[in-house]
Amino acid sequence: MTEEIVTIKDLSFGYPDGRQALNDVSLTIYRGESVALVGPNGAGKSTLILHLNGVLRSNGSIRLLGKPIDDKNLKWIRSKVGLVFQNPDDQLFSPTVFDDVAFGPINMGYSDEEVRQSVNHALEMVGMEGFEKRSPHHLSIGEKKRVAIATVLSMSPEILVIDEPSSNLDPRGKWDLIEVLKSLPVTRVIVSHDLELVEALCQRTVILDRGQVAADGLTIDILANKKMLSKHGLAIAG
Amino acid sequence: MKHSFLDQYSDRDSIIHRLDPRGKLVVTTAFIAAVVMTPFGSWLAYGLYFIVIAALIALSRLPVSHFIKRSLVIIPFVLLVAAFVPFFKEGEVAGSYNLWLWNISVTHSGLQVLYNIMIKAWLSILCLILLTSTTSFNNILKGLEQLKMPKVIVMIMSFMYRYIFLLTDEVLRMKQARDSRNFGGGRKLWQIGTVGSMIGTLFIRSYERGERVYASMVARGFDGHARTLGQLQFSRRDALFIAVLGTVLVSISLINLVY
Repeated sequence: MTEEIVTIKDLSFGYPDGRQALNDVSLTIYRGESVALVGPNGAGKSTLILHLNGVLRSNGSIRLLGKPIDDKNLKWIRSKVGLVFQNPDDQLFSPTVFDDVAFGPINMGYSDEEVRQSVNHALEMVGMEGFEKRSPHHLSIGEKKRVAIATVLSMSPEILVIDEPSSNLDPRGKWDLIEVLKSLPVTRVIVSHDLELVEALCQRTVILDRGQVAADGLTIDILANKKMLSKHGLAIAG
Repeated sequence: MKHSFLDQYSDRDSIIHRLDPRGKLVVTTAFIAAVVMTPFGSWLAYGLYFIVIAALIALSRLPVSHFIKRSLVIIPFVLLVAAFVPFFKEGEVAGSYNLWLWNISVTHSGLQVLYNIMIKAWLSILCLILLTSTTSFNNILKGLEQLKMPKVIVMIMSFMYRYIFLLTDEVLRMKQARDSRNFGGGRKLWQIGTVGSMIGTLFIRSYERGERVYASMVARGFDGHARTLGQLQFSRRDALFIAVLGTVLVSISLINLVY
């Protein structure tokens, strides 16, 4: 019954400056899962998620919902994979919240009425209704993070990929955000160092280190294995 | 940090606030063109233009002090450019001064030009302050876009408005970081070096931010064509506003021609 939603096979990627970010990464994500992607700084996590909707492309070894990523279905893939970047100030570039949440749907060619509906629905899902006319600059960090998530939810993605959702948030902001994320009915990939958040949100955890998958299993098992966590710089041995 | 110095008061409500931004943009452009093209020394026309703009300001129900404060910020720049005219314009000498080796003289026609430039500039500035204080920046952009301003330019202005505050904050943070490690004194030249590297750092950070912003646009299906929803409503009131102001401006030029 579990449908493969993302299938990555032997993905390697090197940046133009010669740095090898990913080495033969293979990973499968199934529908309805909530997967944590953890690893030390520079492990290749961000590079990996940029591949998921074709912002970066190397060899054709990624399949989304059974289809390869190519120019022909790039637009379709971008509406299916919602990518939320770490810094909401990069994600929110429009003068108002409405324009930003509407950006994806408009690019997808929705009609005016559909755009309005999807914006309202997306803002409702993250609890930010009534903020349409506000300028992103005048929002708190927690509010910006929610709006940033709404900007991809408005395209009704099948899979939500979020880079460091809890960075820069205070504990209350973090737990509020965790509640929001829990309530979203989509497959989730969450990139984080925050093991508390991982434990609260994800059943499955993948450790990425030096561009390779170092571990892949149930979150409970992986978080219990202190030796492995400290080996990959995710906990202090002790 | 909270900044709202660009379109302060634009969230208030008045007849002027409620007008369609396109109408306001057209009228503002027409007003400035009319003022600029008025022949030198037409004091009657200047007076009438001032009455028009004063009436519009009264209708906008914004504090007059706001207009004066804003004008005082911009006028010095105009003065800086125009201040040299009286010294270079040829004509009847109004006054001549000997400064050590140089002989400097001011001409009547030069002073005439200076007065006229200052008055015209101030009238235009008042009109622009009125536009930006009664229209949110976002609506000005929407208006420009629907008036067929090239999309690229509108996007550049939109990004500018979005990120100028972030960059201001970034500069302030960099200044704090510098000051917290600067134990007073120090050679002035060294300070200039620090400012130089701050500017460089700011440039690189902005450049990298640009790349990240672009990635987030591409990730949401951006393909080089900016698309937006048209949310503006052009009503009969706006047509009336343009018609009335247009008639007023034309009449003022005609009156000026006759007298």
